[in-house]
Amino acid sequence: MPINPFVKMTSTVIKHLLGPTACKMYPVEKPVFFANTRGHIAIETNKCILCTLCAKKCPTYAIQVDKPGKAWKIERTKCIMCLACVACCPKKCLTSENQYSAPVTVKVVETFNVEPPAAPKAPETCPGKE
Amino acid sequence: MPKRTIIPFGPQHPVLPEPIHLDIAIRDEKVVEAIPSLGFIHRGLELLVDKKDFNDMCFVAERICGICSFIHGQGYCQGIEEIMNVQVPDRAKYLRTIWAELSRIHSHILWLGLAADAAGFESLFMHSWRVREKVLDIFEETTGGRVIFGVNKVGGVKRDIENDVLKRIVGTLKDMEAEFKPLANVFIDDYSIKHRFSNVGMLSKEDAYKLGAVGPVLRGSGVSIDARKLGYAAYKELNFEPIVENSCDCYARTIVRVREVYQSVDLIKQAVDKIPDGPIDQKVTGSPNGEFFSRLEQPRGEVVYYMRGNGTKNLDRYRVRTPTFSNIAPLVKMLEGCELADVPVIILTIDPCISCTER
Ligand code: SF4
Ligand code: SF4
Repeated sequence: MPINPFVKMTSTVIKHLLGPTACKMYPVEKPVFFANTRGHIAIETNKCILCTLCAKKCPTYAIQVDKPGKAWKIERTKCIMCLACVACCPKKCLTSENQYSAPVTVKVVETFNVEPPAAPKAPETCPGKE
Repeated sequence: MPKRTIIPFGPQHPVLPEPIHLDIAIRDEKVVEAIPSLGFIHRGLELLVDKKDFNDMCFVAERICGICSFIHGQGYCQGIEEIMNVQVPDRAKYLRTIWAELSRIHSHILWLGLAADAAGFESLFMHSWRVREKVLDIFEETTGGRVIFGVNKVGGVKRDIENDVLKRIVGTLKDMEAEFKPLANVFIDDYSIKHRFSNVGMLSKEDAYKLGAVGPVLRGSGVSIDARKLGYAAYKELNFEPIVENSCDCYARTIVRVREVYQSVDLIKQAVDKIPDGPIDQKVTGSPNGEFFSRLEQPRGEVVYYMRGNGTKNLDRYRVRTPTFSNIAPLVKMLEGCELADVPVIILTIDPCISCTER
């Protein structure tokens, strides 16, 4: 005998009223990321040798390596988390972390000073002029 | 005779997730002609082969579409591998098959939700998308991404899935199937859905074949063609038959998609049972020199890649014929003679992906 549509509807409604919610209460309940989630790229600044391989491999040109200024820079809004840089780094100093980078309203280039201990960034010199 | 009137449909329309424009000529609420115009979101991705290394081009290929992203990357890599004569390890082939079938499941459930929404069935839409979330979580766990996965590379795949995780995925899919079943029954049996979709957007078997329809549109018209039967990746070792429905209307296309969800779950089970151990990629040296047509079955139908290499890092030519593109001619045919109120539903049943079409 087919189930009475009214009984079916009521049971569905009750199931969904009493069951767990399908969505998370986002800011209150923090999202859980998987270990594999591609969140953002992190760098271990004391290992990097400024070889610029990562900047050359990056398909979106998100990474800039400033050899004279001893700085490694990344523009997070350009990065597509393809992990090409992680795979090619000879010193294995780049890693993929599972937290997403924070949203921004202006595009910023994050700069990491490479070379421990964190020396102040060398002033920019212009080699052409004295 | 009533006067001929032209109604512009799109590029902005509640039923359309993406912009396509149709000039719909009607006489007395009956459509006499539909003239599509494309090109609102052309991105010129094919031309990027001039600038990108052939290995990096895989990232671009994946970004052609946000739903079948995995299969786009797979098609690109398979083509290059064929040109360069690379033997992809078996495990990589199986992993590609598993991810491709997961893509099909989430794409079809997404579409079913949209179809319910177009028919005015909001709660069914939300429940479909709730079920789909499970598949996206599997993707996030195994590849790291929810939309763009970036696991394909020329010569294999970048990430392995451990065997116990694979077993767990099959378990999750079984749960998902159990949750999907009541929803699928609504699509199959519900009076209002049937009433909305039956005998709407008829496309005869001959027309479907002649006009080059692909995917569920073609199979919904009774033609048994499925590019997976070509046996790429691991499909030649799996046991399945193309799903065919014979009623040639929007309802048939819906049912094909519902049944394909079950079929994909079954294919994943088979693949997990058969997956061999071993390496997941093969080192590739040199540059492609030669040309190849690569054909694959996407959730929306057959996609064709043409690529020609000249022995340098950049390909000469890269061309993608996406399924929605080939379904536009059948769509115009389906629209002829239908009621104006049925136009949104008919357009939706080809599962239009306009970003794919315009690349
Ligand atoms: S991060 Fe790695 S690849 Fe990039 S410059 Fe430093 S050492 Fe080289
Ligand atoms: S993950 Fe990809 S896009 Fe992001 S910085 Fe690395 S190479 Fe560039």
